[in-house]
Amino acid sequence: MIRVKYADTVITIMGRTIAEKILSRASGSPNVVPGDHVFADVDLHRTSPARVLPIFEEEGIEEVWDPSKIVVVNDHGSQESIDEANEKSQARQFVEEQVIEHFYDVGHGIGHEVLPENGHVRPGELIVAADSHSVTYGAFGAAGTGVGKTDIAYISATGQAWLRVPETIRFHVTGEFPEYTSAKDLVLYIAGEYGTDVARYKAIEYTGPAIESLPLDERMVLSNMAIELGGKFGFTPVDSMVTDYVDERTDKPYEPVRADDDVDYEATYHFDASELHPKVSKPHRVGNVVDVDEVTNVELDQVFIGTCTHGKYEDLSRAAAVLDGKEVAPGTRLIITPATREVFTRAAREGLIEIFNEAGATVTNATCGACIGFASGVLGEEEVCLAAQNRNFKGRMGSETSEIYLSSPETAAASAITGRITPPGAV
Amino acid sequence: MMRGTAYVFGDEINTDIITPRGSDYVGADLTDILMSPVRPNFAAEVDEGDIIVAGEHFGSGSSRETAPRAIQEAGISAVVAESFARIYYRNSVNIGLPALTCPGVTEHVSEEDEIEIGLGNGVIQNHTTGRDVEFEPLDDVVQSIYDAGGLFKYYHATK
Ligand code: SF4
Repeated sequence: MIRVKYADTVITIMGRTIAEKILSRASGSPNVVPGDHVFADVDLHRTSPARVLPIFEEEGIEEVWDPSKIVVVNDHGSQESIDEANEKSQARQFVEEQVIEHFYDVGHGIGHEVLPENGHVRPGELIVAADSHSVTYGAFGAAGTGVGKTDIAYISATGQAWLRVPETIRFHVTGEFPEYTSAKDLVLYIAGEYGTDVARYKAIEYTGPAIESLPLDERMVLSNMAIELGGKFGFTPVDSMVTDYVDERTDKPYEPVRADDDVDYEATYHFDASELHPKVSKPHRVGNVVDVDEVTNVELDQVFIGTCTHGKYEDLSRAAAVLDGKEVAPGTRLIITPATREVFTRAAREGLIEIFNEAGATVTNATCGACIGFASGVLGEEEVCLAAQNRNFKGRMGSETSEIYLSSPETAAASAITGRITPPGAV
Repeated sequence: MMRGTAYVFGDEINTDIITPRGSDYVGADLTDILMSPVRPNFAAEVDEGDIIVAGEHFGSGSSRETAPRAIQEAGISAVVAESFARIYYRNSVNIGLPALTCPGVTEHVSEEDEIEIGLGNGVIQNHTTGRDVEFEPLDDVVQSIYDAGGLFKYYHATK
């Protein structure tokens, strides 16, 4: 809190949130408050050439504003259809013409993990990008958010985005996560209890000892799924775990941004992690959340572990701990898709891939893949899938008549062993 | 000018109502399918400058820009709603189709009223009833994009 004396009146300026501080700096207007709109300079932009090119042509724009601040990732699929292959070629052409050095072609994996792995995500930065799960960068203290195609083209051309300064709500978590529960169970609990619009238009700050105790990969589950709570940004704390990770990957200077102690949050929700149970979202809404024990009669055609939510090393190792020495139930397919090639390499080195293979799982290349019904794991009519991913909208993984349940990787692994939804402690 | 006949719609007019699925393929005539699930041939009724008035959460659903584009192409000059979905709102600003938030508008305006919007003064005049209603003031940034006629017109005007 700052007290300013002005014409004999003392004015109190309350503490400021992470979102307010980052947007103040990026817009050059020091005192922005929630509800203000600003034109902000983005620090990094992930563009989408297939969507930008037609607009560039129509508007007569020849060059991006700064190729060194642009990243292109050829993710989502890995050339599964002709249309998609053509889009990927367009991206390669754009990258060459615009001389964009930060380009990750098919095979590198999912952008939301590829960017931090390669040092493009730094605390305190504003990253506006072409995909809604760009909120994931909040785990590194960066304000990441996704926008639509005109916005993307405009940012690619100018380096600026118009943004509304959001209100901030806080989820403060104490206690310890019980065995077999994790960040996913917390975020599903919040979605079930408070609804998937609890943070609509707003920034989320996750705080408290239980959050600080989580490894980075787990914090990324919370920031990633901020969008499933309606959020514009989703921040977890910046501590030495974050700065060590970033420093290993980039020499560029950055300045972490923390919320002031006396912020007047729009709302603060308190939780005790020790009371969490494994959770499952039922079809076809993320907010349709129940305890895993309530759905143990659901038989599964497929179990999928992967995506920008759960294709990281920590996710795979939690699944491997459950699967070690066990076998996938006959009649159920288990598909595991590492988020990036780096994750794949480490999983192979640490013996995880062997555990998965011996359990009878199919391990695919690093991609979004089955998450959106691309590649291995497209669901047929009336098939039922339990997926460690972020969305279970109707038809997302294939047939409109298929059903998607959501869970943590450990619940997914246990369920693959029995062929029906199963609590992770029960196998 | 933003003056014309008001067409009143209810709550939760989502993007699948505004431009039903399958309409995003290249070359589709967007105005043919505009609002077709709730009001077939709507575009044929519309004269240049007419205004859509709607309830809560107008434009929820898909992030496709086709929804505001179809409305604009039909000749509608603005949409006034009790509230908007976020991505629709951005898309609408970006293409220069005013999306004005006006709590209470559905009580003040009835189907076929003659209304006029003052973008600069924040007032909607209802010439049929003789009563005015105010919409939420526009922020400077949004106002400057509207003044230019959309985000890329703003770009060309300011670069
Ligand atoms: S993994 Fe799924 S949710 Fe994540 S970026 Fe890819 S398609 Fe989107």
